[in-house]
Amino acid sequence: MSEIIKLDKLTRKFGSMTAVKDVSFGVEKGSIFGFLGPNGSGKSTVIRMLCGLLEPTSGDAWLDGASVRENSERIKGNIGYMSQSFSLYRDLTVQENLAFYGKIYGLRRERLRKRIEESMELSGITSKRKQLSGTLSGGWKQRLALACSMLHEPGIIFLDEPTAGIDPVARRDLWELLFQLSKEGVTLFVTTHYMDEAERCTHIGYIFLSELMVCGKPAELKILPEVTPAGTVWLEASSDRITQALSLIKKAPGVLDATIFGESIHIRAREGFGEREAARALEAGGVSLESFRAVKPSLEDVFVSLTRERLKARGAA
Amino acid sequence: MNFLTTFSAIVFKEALHLRRDPVTLVVTIAIPIFQLIVFGYAIDMEVKNIPTAVFDADRRAGSRELIAALANTEYFDFKENASSEAELREAIVSGRARVGIHIPPDFTAGALNGSGSSFQALVDGSDSTVAMQAVNVVNSVGLMQSVKQMGRVDIEKLPVDARPRVLFNPDLKSANFFVPGLVGLIMQIVTVFLTAFAVVREKENGTIETLLATPLSRGGLMLGKLVPYAFVGFFEICVVLTLMRFVFGVRVNGDIGLLLLMCFVFLFTALGLGLLISTAAKNQAQAMQMALLVMLPSVLLSGFVFPRESMPAIIYYFSFLIPLTYFIEILRGIILRGADLSSLWSQALALAVYGAAILSLSTLRFSKKLS
Ligand SMILES: Nc1ncnc2c1ncn2[C@@H]1O[C@H](COP(=O)(O)OP(=O)(O)O)[C@@H](O)[C@H]1O
Ligand SMILES: [Mg+2]
Repeated sequence: MSEIIKLDKLTRKFGSMTAVKDVSFGVEKGSIFGFLGPNGSGKSTVIRMLCGLLEPTSGDAWLDGASVRENSERIKGNIGYMSQSFSLYRDLTVQENLAFYGKIYGLRRERLRKRIEESMELSGITSKRKQLSGTLSGGWKQRLALACSMLHEPGIIFLDEPTAGIDPVARRDLWELLFQLSKEGVTLFVTTHYMDEAERCTHIGYIFLSELMVCGKPAELKILPEVTPAGTVWLEASSDRITQALSLIKKAPGVLDATIFGESIHIRAREGFGEREAARALEAGGVSLESFRAVKPSLEDVFVSLTRERLKARGAA
Repeated sequence: MNFLTTFSAIVFKEALHLRRDPVTLVVTIAIPIFQLIVFGYAIDMEVKNIPTAVFDADRRAGSRELIAALANTEYFDFKENASSEAELREAIVSGRARVGIHIPPDFTAGALNGSGSSFQALVDGSDSTVAMQAVNVVNSVGLMQSVKQMGRVDIEKLPVDARPRVLFNPDLKSANFFVPGLVGLIMQIVTVFLTAFAVVREKENGTIETLLATPLSRGGLMLGKLVPYAFVGFFEICVVLTLMRFVFGVRVNGDIGLLLLMCFVFLFTALGLGLLISTAAKNQAQAMQMALLVMLPSVLLSGFVFPRESMPAIIYYFSFLIPLTYFIEILRGIILRGADLSSLWSQALALAVYGAAILSLSTLRFSKKLS
């Protein structure tokens, strides 16, 4: 597969502060690329550089072979961008916002009319066409912004936290739409905080403290040796009194780390720690073990482990 | 191609903004009308009916004739009879009178016996226009009286009759001189403010973020932001010129078509100045300050209040940097003197070049990157 987006040591400084440091990776055409990382780690800054809104301090990136340093204007016609905070015109209606952006992208007459209808239809906002966009609630604003970003049928769409602060139904609708776009061959570059969304992406990049930590398919990340060093295992246990169980498990000999994951507990332990050891640890506190099995680490486990390793390495240095 | 696409899209959008916000539109149109009426009436530079006090120690035919002659000019309004020099002075100090006429006891006698007579006029110098006018009138009345006394006859005509004739503004109505300038000033103020927020508002509202991710043309953006307001401004200037004609009675002696064309050129320049401010400012408060900063020299140095010819050289040359300078000359030229393009072409050209330069500068200044 060809890489439609390629970053090479992309770096951006704000004064003396480095917001993005030597980030290099590639994104395959038609993939849904999830760009993850805590707040302030540099996700939006990367997107802004890719969209030609910010000049890289050093390094470069290519979209469809065109350099963002030299050809950002050429690139802009073939990308859609949905910014982190709502940045459409609040005193214009849904349809007027779409009409304006359609015109900016050079759509005209019949084609413009058709694309406005299609985009509204796809993002499910047709019923709100006459409403001033400033009066829309959060989820509807996101739908409008999304409709706006795909209006001109770009090959790549950048979505900066498209699901932040919207309800679960709207979130699911949005993801369904992303899958549909991806099926049509559109490359999607999405930042998010939600781990369940990360699991839905075809590829993932994780950025921490301005630096890219890993990049790959979710399944590949889960079998990284850094996440499961030799002599350690990932286990999952469940109990009816989960919070007590967690604190008991954490103190058990052989357990390196444990966190709540949905209805159960994810445990990272030394090899040899098994069901018998877990049950013994819980019984000491009067809690019973309901189920126990070996698992692959979740993406959250992956990111937490990598983050911890990095911080440890940094502390040691 | 990209230019036209962007231009028409931006015009479409700005027109929607304007339509969505009729209050602002009405206010921007109402303000100049209000300003013209208030300032047009308030700043009347004609000096008449100056409150005057008199201390007449003579009280005979000569002094009565002098007072009547002064009163006849209509410049002096005799409000108060003082009974001593001190009282006369007090009337001026207190502000009840601007001029005090002191006629000594031997005024009539001196005139009759040929030894000569004199009277004194005390003029309050705190308002220079009033003072100058009063001194001139008192001087000429005095001269007239002297000539009459010398001939000892009741002449109605001076031996030498100087007859200055003021062209273009025969009644020396200050409205004629003043209102065209005021029209220019008001238009400059309003138009600069129309566009001063145009770009910076997008920065402040964050809408620039999505806008800059599109392949828009900078020139198309700038001109697209300017044109809708040029129409608003043009409508305004028509209203204001109508008021000038029918409320202040100032006739347009020259070609109205040329006048409107020049107004359009000026609008582009002034709106361009607003855009330049908008691209330079970081937020709307800063744009406001800059617009105010442009306003002050426009009022003081454009020739609107003070004649530019009497300014110190540096300031005189500086005044060429103010678009209003050219526009006021054009306005006065067309409206009062009936001048045509053959005598106003240099100002018209300067204004057009200025406008083009300012627009290019704001386009170049506008960066398609976030800072
Ligand atoms: N325009 C800017 N000026 C100065 N600092 C900035 C600017 N934009 C972002 N930053 C800083 O860069 C870092 C990364 O920000 P950002 O890319 O927004 O992170 P994220 O999107 O991952 O939350 C943050 O520390 C932020 O404060
Ligand atoms: Mg962000």
